[in-house]
Amino acid sequence: MAILGRACLIIALGLALYGAGASIYGARARKQAWVESGRRAVYAMFGVVAIAFVILIAAFIRSDFSFGVVVDHSSTTTPLFYRATAAWSSQEGSLLLWVFLLSAWSSLILFVLARKGKLREVAPYATAVLCGLGGFFLFCSIFLANPFGTLANPPLEGAGLNPLLRYPSMMIHPPALYSGYTLFTVPFAFGIGALVSGRLDASWITSTRRFALAAWFFLGLGILLGARWSYSELGWGGYWAWDPVENASLMPWLVGTAFLHSAMIQEKRGMLKVWNVSLVLAAGVLAVLGTFLVRSGILDSIHAFGASTLGVPFIVLIAVMALGSIGLVIWRRASLRSEHRLDSLFSREAIFLLNNLVLVGLCFVVFWGTFFPLISEAITGDKAAVGPPWFDRYTVPLALILVLLSGIGPVIAWRRATVSKLARYLAIPLAVGIAVPLLCLALGVGHHLEALLMFGIGAFSLTVVAQEFVRGAGARRAMTGDAPPAALLALVRRNRRRYGGYVVHAGMAVLFIGVAASSTFHNQRDARLSPGQTTKVGGYDVRYVKPTFSVADDHRNTGAIISLGAVLDVSKNGKHVTTLNPSRGYYPDLSQGPVSRFYQGESTSEVGLQAGLRRDLWTAIQPDTTQIDRLAAEADRKFPNATPQLSLFIAGTLAAGYARKPPPATFRVIDSPLVTWIWLGGLIVVAGALIALWPAGLRARRRAPAGYGARVARELGRA
Amino acid sequence: MDPSRKRKIRLVVALTAAVLLASALIYTSFSASSEAKSPSQLMAGAQPGQSYQLTGKVANGSVRHEGSALVFRVRDRTDNTSVPVRYTGEVPDPFREGREVIVDVQKQGSVFVGQKDSLVTKCPSKFKAAHSS
Repeated sequence: MAILGRACLIIALGLALYGAGASIYGARARKQAWVESGRRAVYAMFGVVAIAFVILIAAFIRSDFSFGVVVDHSSTTTPLFYRATAAWSSQEGSLLLWVFLLSAWSSLILFVLARKGKLREVAPYATAVLCGLGGFFLFCSIFLANPFGTLANPPLEGAGLNPLLRYPSMMIHPPALYSGYTLFTVPFAFGIGALVSGRLDASWITSTRRFALAAWFFLGLGILLGARWSYSELGWGGYWAWDPVENASLMPWLVGTAFLHSAMIQEKRGMLKVWNVSLVLAAGVLAVLGTFLVRSGILDSIHAFGASTLGVPFIVLIAVMALGSIGLVIWRRASLRSEHRLDSLFSREAIFLLNNLVLVGLCFVVFWGTFFPLISEAITGDKAAVGPPWFDRYTVPLALILVLLSGIGPVIAWRRATVSKLARYLAIPLAVGIAVPLLCLALGVGHHLEALLMFGIGAFSLTVVAQEFVRGAGARRAMTGDAPPAALLALVRRNRRRYGGYVVHAGMAVLFIGVAASSTFHNQRDARLSPGQTTKVGGYDVRYVKPTFSVADDHRNTGAIISLGAVLDVSKNGKHVTTLNPSRGYYPDLSQGPVSRFYQGESTSEVGLQAGLRRDLWTAIQPDTTQIDRLAAEADRKFPNATPQLSLFIAGTLAAGYARKPPPATFRVIDSPLVTWIWLGGLIVVAGALIALWPAGLRARRRAPAGYGARVARELGRA
Repeated sequence: MDPSRKRKIRLVVALTAAVLLASALIYTSFSASSEAKSPSQLMAGAQPGQSYQLTGKVANGSVRHEGSALVFRVRDRTDNTSVPVRYTGEVPDPFREGREVIVDVQKQGSVFVGQKDSLVTKCPSKFKAAHSS
């Protein structure tokens, strides 16, 4: 099967090259048959890559150890769900996933456009760009990171999936991120196509907008899932560390957010053409840059794939994409002139522009901080790095401005706003925005200025969104006499993009309030405790009641054979609050002695968590296994040929001994407010993006009669 | 005022603000950064009180607990030159002997004291040598 898989990749590379050549030739020679042939080559590429992808997944599921990549990243003891998804934990498999998703999205956009007969002049060049990108990743897969490499003497067992990755959302996180990255290449390709063909009106933006939104959605979802995994699985209690790989996914997302806003200005007013096309091209380049950061190991990161041969080809690709994009924009600058000027700094266009500048500024901060080790090495000869405090210094004020703008944007008028009208719309939100921090101060929440500002601005933004829904539904009710829920539903259905966007704004406000509260007002303690001892965190007393252990009881279905943990009793002012059960799972390492293997392999934290709307109580344990390790090594010497059953029995006995006479264990306990708001806010953002993405029904798409529009406008004015 | 003159003034103000902000960003990144050093570079000339980002591998047989502190040695990736590190704070799950680590340290006497919670251990499965032929 490996030969078939590799053959598929080679055929796909041929199809990519043919697709690019046929599309360009067809466009230049005005031969539609060649253009269509190029498009069909993309469909064929998708089909062939899909076969290769299925072969690889099947090899993982069957634990076919003739595949080198299966040996390195899976094992027979890895649970089925994780075997099926282990393919993309490897460099080789993740590259194949990239090209699989790229070819899928490419086929989808080309199919949709061909059916609608849209962008006939732009599409061939975009097809060539998509084929070029597909060809690059196929080249890497075939010659530099081959997922179908085979072993002459397959072993009976593989290394297994990294236990840290055995977490359900971690298996969805990479496809979500990669969907985001690859979807961003679609507007990139059509931006290039528009520049080359000279068709620079807003039609290419309108036709690819849904793909840009989907890219933004998937990338955001991937970032959120990664943060959740970090919080629940990594044993440090945080959700964001400004790690280069986290930053790599954030940069295109920020630029994509800017584009989704500024695209509206081009569609409505024919302005910001250079800016929009630059944002789209930048998002495409940053998407590939993100992939490069993970693949090359060029920056020190917890995630980076080191010792890779992919660095140079990626640098060449990024240089070609960036320089080509800049060259094309300069070449077409005359055609990219705005059709209108900014009428007033007091208008929705100006707010959107400011929002764009903040987002791009944020992206620049993240870019500079991420690449600072390389920049400093180039300038001073010494590699140096900046830490989270440096990032926070710039990102916190920019985030405050961003949330504030997300509140003003929906209510300020296009072209030129009046102070009186804006004041009328913003009176209640402003009152709420001032009242909330004052209330926080009165309740003794704390005196942290930035957090209080975020609470106030977040409340302001949330009130604006609520007010917009109330006004809109009120106007609808006045027109149709619908009941309030029906009026609200009809309002959203008639303008999914607008109200989906408002829901996203509300979600972001909730998320930022959660980030501000949890990062500012959390209490943390690292304590070494023996059973019976207590530590204080915030207002809570956390008592180590007793140790726990389990042997061959893998209730989380992750493959951990032994688990050592603790029962922690949490109380406040003498009253029981909750019981937490943090533990640590140990995964066997078959290269060790028959007993040591149960303790000397990987081990991961299983967090004890009491999550709530007001606060989370988070705990992790590091058991001291010094005594177990010593006894296990002794047992290895005494029973070098122990059967698996005897080995497990001895390892279990050692775990029971640990529980009988437990040494002090190290605990990390965190009392953190409003963490749940982050996940809740993320879910609201996801819901809003889905509303905006959902195709409008025929009735909603039908243009409302002019009279109806006028009546709605009148009612909105009164509401 | 003439609209084109007004636009030019706006552009100059915006560009000046952008340049000032970028300068602040660049200046603070250099002043707030810590140099990345290997153990042999730190052995050759680490200044007491200055922060460094130490990168290397955890030396075999060097890891032990001293109360709430974790004591270990970090060695060069290519040879066995190593420096002692005393660290308190969160220990990442993948931390163990032989693994690649990054930790912010300051020299105090003959020991390098790790900054709390700064220890990063690279994810082991991600840089496994290619197995396939």
